[in-house]
Amino acid sequence: MKSPVHLEQQQPSASGEQAPVELAADGIQPLVVEDLTVAYHRKPVLWEVDYVAPTGSLAAIVGPNGAGKSTLLKGILELVPRISGRVQVFGEPYRQQRDRVGYVPQRETVDWDFPVNALDVVAMGLYREIGWLRPVTRKYRQRALEALDRVGMADFAGRQISQLSGGQQQRVFLARALVQDADLYLMDEPLASVDASTEQAIVEILHQLREDGKTALVVHHDLPTVDDYFDQVVLLNMRVVAAGPTAEVFTTDNLRKTYGGKLALLDEAGQRLRLTGDER
Amino acid sequence: MSVRRALLGFALAIGVALAGTNFPLAAGEHHTPGSPPSAKSSATVADLSDRARSPDWTTRLVNLLTLRDYNTRIVLAGTALLGVAGGVVGTFMLLRKRALVGDVVSHAALPGIAIAFLLAEALAPGEGRRLEVLLLGALVAGLVGVGCVLLIRRFTRLKEDAALAIVLSVFFGLGISLFTIVQDMPSGNVAGLQGFIYGKAAALTALDVKVISICALAALVLAAALFKELSLLCFDEGYAAAQGWSVVGLDLLLMGLVAFVTVIGIESVGLLLVVAMLIVPAAAARFWTDHLPAMTLLAALLGGASGLLGAGVSALAPRLAAGPVIVLAAAVLFGISMFFSPHRGVLARVRERRRLTRRIKRQHLLRTCYELLESGGESITADEATVSLAALEADRDWSRQQLQREIAKAQRDGLFRRTSTDCICVTPRGLDEARRVARNHRLWELYLIEHADVAPARVDRYADLIEHVLEPEVVALLEQQLAGHDPHLQEVPASPHKIASTAATP
Amino acid sequence: MPNWFPSLADWSWLDTRIVITAGLAAMACALPGNFLLLRRQSMMGDALSHAVLLGIAVAFLTAHGLQAAGILSHDSYDATRHAVMFVGAVVVGVLTAVLSETVRKLGNVEASAALGVVFLVLFALGLLLIRLYADRVHLDPDCVLYGTVETAAVDGRLIRVNGAMLAVNLLLVGLLFKELRLAAFDPGLATTLGVNAGVMHYGLMAVTAATLVAAFETVGSILVIAMLIVPPATAYLLTQRLWLMVALSLVVAAASALLGHVAAIVLPPLVAGLLGWDSNVGASSAGMMAVAAGALFVVAVIVSPQQGLVMRVLRRAGLRVRIAEEDLLAWLYRAAETLRAQPATQSAADAPDTAPPNDPLRPGWLWQQLALRRLVRRGQVQRTESGPQLTPSGHQAAQDLVRTHRLWESYLQRHFGDLPGERQHRSAHQMEHYISPEMREELAAELDRPRHDPHGQEIPPPAEQDSESL
Repeated sequence: MKSPVHLEQQQPSASGEQAPVELAADGIQPLVVEDLTVAYHRKPVLWEVDYVAPTGSLAAIVGPNGAGKSTLLKGILELVPRISGRVQVFGEPYRQQRDRVGYVPQRETVDWDFPVNALDVVAMGLYREIGWLRPVTRKYRQRALEALDRVGMADFAGRQISQLSGGQQQRVFLARALVQDADLYLMDEPLASVDASTEQAIVEILHQLREDGKTALVVHHDLPTVDDYFDQVVLLNMRVVAAGPTAEVFTTDNLRKTYGGKLALLDEAGQRLRLTGDER
Repeated sequence: MSVRRALLGFALAIGVALAGTNFPLAAGEHHTPGSPPSAKSSATVADLSDRARSPDWTTRLVNLLTLRDYNTRIVLAGTALLGVAGGVVGTFMLLRKRALVGDVVSHAALPGIAIAFLLAEALAPGEGRRLEVLLLGALVAGLVGVGCVLLIRRFTRLKEDAALAIVLSVFFGLGISLFTIVQDMPSGNVAGLQGFIYGKAAALTALDVKVISICALAALVLAAALFKELSLLCFDEGYAAAQGWSVVGLDLLLMGLVAFVTVIGIESVGLLLVVAMLIVPAAAARFWTDHLPAMTLLAALLGGASGLLGAGVSALAPRLAAGPVIVLAAAVLFGISMFFSPHRGVLARVRERRRLTRRIKRQHLLRTCYELLESGGESITADEATVSLAALEADRDWSRQQLQREIAKAQRDGLFRRTSTDCICVTPRGLDEARRVARNHRLWELYLIEHADVAPARVDRYADLIEHVLEPEVVALLEQQLAGHDPHLQEVPASPHKIASTAATP
Repeated sequence: MPNWFPSLADWSWLDTRIVITAGLAAMACALPGNFLLLRRQSMMGDALSHAVLLGIAVAFLTAHGLQAAGILSHDSYDATRHAVMFVGAVVVGVLTAVLSETVRKLGNVEASAALGVVFLVLFALGLLLIRLYADRVHLDPDCVLYGTVETAAVDGRLIRVNGAMLAVNLLLVGLLFKELRLAAFDPGLATTLGVNAGVMHYGLMAVTAATLVAAFETVGSILVIAMLIVPPATAYLLTQRLWLMVALSLVVAAASALLGHVAAIVLPPLVAGLLGWDSNVGASSAGMMAVAAGALFVVAVIVSPQQGLVMRVLRRAGLRVRIAEEDLLAWLYRAAETLRAQPATQSAADAPDTAPPNDPLRPGWLWQQLALRRLVRRGQVQRTESGPQLTPSGHQAAQDLVRTHRLWESYLQRHFGDLPGERQHRSAHQMEHYISPEMREELAAELDRPRHDPHGQEIPPPAEQDSESL
């Protein structure tokens, strides 16, 4: 916030194609985030974030460490208290549309030595649907198994989760979100520290979701792959620096605004974008 | 869901026993001469031990095993129920990583008991020592204590451990003060109340066991009904919250269960030790299984067993107070589990480690032989081959003694033959084995090179066969890649990197 | 009421001794407690306070056995017993730490569960031993658990023991202050710098255990944990400097000893009176000291300077008053502006009282009154017959605010022209309170120093002190 350029808001300055954030957006958008401000102990982590996810979009949330990427997802899911702002999921507050939202938390948030197997974890995605007090019946197990199969993990259904590799654990988490058959997916670093083959598998699943008309918002850390994997980008550094189609938004200029002086990252991204010239 | 049925089964059994034994218990009271005259009279530990000391040791054992003694039946039932309920609830506490919160709940119960007594005495003099009232006080105070912990964490920057310690000690101090007040009250003969601190298993009465059974029933039914919700809470609270479950509500419910267990145990083992029944059986059960339902049932069984065992020992040797003995029984079961469980046990892990070390040493030896032979241009397809000891020794950083020891072991297994003092002869079997080891090693190396970012669990490099760990297609692919390096060596592919010994050997 | 007050009038030298003894014990405990708290090992204090019971019991029985065997003369019995008890407790204290670490590592058990298993088993053993031999050796578990400060204070031994322990702890903390701080903050770094974290850890455990033994006769082995953790936690809330925290924890410890004893004398007759009983009752001083420590802690939670509930409310109120002040200044400025250029078209829409209703910072009536009073006192606004008016200094401040507001609106207009005007205004209305003077001028530079905002209103030049620097 040292310089006004950081205060720039969600529009790509180059073009005005994208519909502006308005209350009366035509059609029901999967996700409308408006003026979202989140603070931990008086320290704001997200400032007046605005974002509208178009239906069927696969969006990456990109930004430096501490930019509030995970917090944005948590703010949408009401896992952290909002100071201000409004979130609409399919035209209604999140609480009323919970069943249509699938969440993939960061892998590190849970204890992987927990005594459950892969199938149990995936079945957790159905607990909401099963409801209070009712047990997990065979029907639900079957669905969990199918979801595991979708991520290529059906053979590991009975395996205790600590016996799975990092990539496999990530796939189990993905399956847990898939089993909900949601329409909007929020994923927190699903591609962090997985091997190349798992990354490919997960990206295929993401693209499959997009083809099925689902919407996904994915926290992503690897700049070079952004334009390969995602068609929308949200550049975040406490505020939305820019958001919109990858081709328009994912520019060196915007990246510089997002990452500030972090030259190493910038260079990496710059090379990727085949941009020459002196970087500041 | 089998665990649900099992837990509900437990609960049903308690319910049936509660309903069915109501009359016999009451009848037994009349027929057993030595038993406490009525539920309301508080038999002190002293006169009980006097009574129990009279028959000799064998009679007591027979009495215990045949459950002939009415009093023994009561005590065993009470402690076993405590163990079962403690095990089930403790499993969730352990997995929620809140094992010590139970300690706060039980310590905080003390002022609740005293306040309940004072209030009851003030409202209806003489009613103060009614068990239900006192236990209700304990239940409420325990929950208030947990509430205070939550408030401290919400409104200060103190960490959870400090919040626990503060609430525990301040509540306990309040309880002690109130007890001394009660003691000085005209109607406040606290002989009965003191039992809550240390427990008085030997003096349990039919009424006590009835209250205990109801609490255990409630705890088990709740745990069974909410098994799915509680396991989700323990595994991934963020996800549970995102799904719309009330994490605070579930947490409070779990604390309520803990408070129930505290109430169950407060009379038999006392509030200072009751938390042990929440921690120890569950921690012991974790060693045996990776399956949550199984772990829950096992914790219930281990808890019940320690209750029975402790109360039994205490019945045989009345000088040994039941509370501590029950905890020690649980500790023994924990120790056995920790050391002897087949997968997570200490011994199993030590054995595993030693086997691994042995195998690695053997594989190093064989691989070095193979690499020496390969680089020396010897015909590896021949039946036998000789390797010089000096070359072996130079190749790796093992001492002569270590090398000799390894060679001697390999000789015993028929892999080597000793031809002279400075040479060994690799037998056909040894050659086969060496070939296999070298192939395996090279495939692994290639795999690691190609898939640098592998998951740690998969990199069991020393697994006997790469096929056991990796999919056959991957192995086939790797072999193809390796064969590309050296088309003549289909059987043992060439190493993807330059072998150091090639340069070292003349 | 009157029947409890005289109870304090009976204050005697014995009461003073009780307070001194307990105070010394509490202070001795609070010193190592500071570092337990900072190392997030508060529950280790709980564990130790339970587990040392085994050490005490074993030592007691050993000394008793020696005496019974005739090895120990009656004269040296007490001294030996105390010496053995110290050693026993220290051994058990370190044993608790070592064993729980072992169970955690070997058994792969979660840390708090491992600690729980270990200390509960040791405690059970201690309890068993005491119950087993209690009648033979006059070791009352009650007095081990709750202490007997009332009777023990009669002889001066407890004062000496606790005083000595306090002196030793003060010396240790004084000498090893920086090492302790480092080891508590970053054990890994401490080890690389030559301060072995393991040694510090087990050393702290040993010192804590020894302190607990010294104190247990005074406040009892369970209640020492109140003295161990609660005063440091109270101090922790009051300051963020370590040495001050240690000093404050000593004060809190001593205060809780005094308050606790007073409460033990004063409160029970009160309670008894309320319940209609004979007022001749007393409460355990040790227990009340824990309660007093708890009460002081609650006070700290409420009044703590950084995080206290009172401060939070005040700080929020301060912010609201400031925003109300600034809104008022800007409003007065605009009103004057409107008067000057009569056909004011849009300024009515710009006035602060048309701020969007869901604006979280919208000032209420109370805040506006407070703000006005403060502005008058600061000489930025003067009350006239026609209502409040800006003074020259108030005019400058208001000018800056309005400048910020309009600059920000211009900025938004340039970059986000497609945003609805209402939203632009709302953002500007919030931002004017947060944009610093430097940032404002940066904005101006970025926008090529515009003269008018999107609504055609004049953007005032920076107030005089700023214009010089530009």
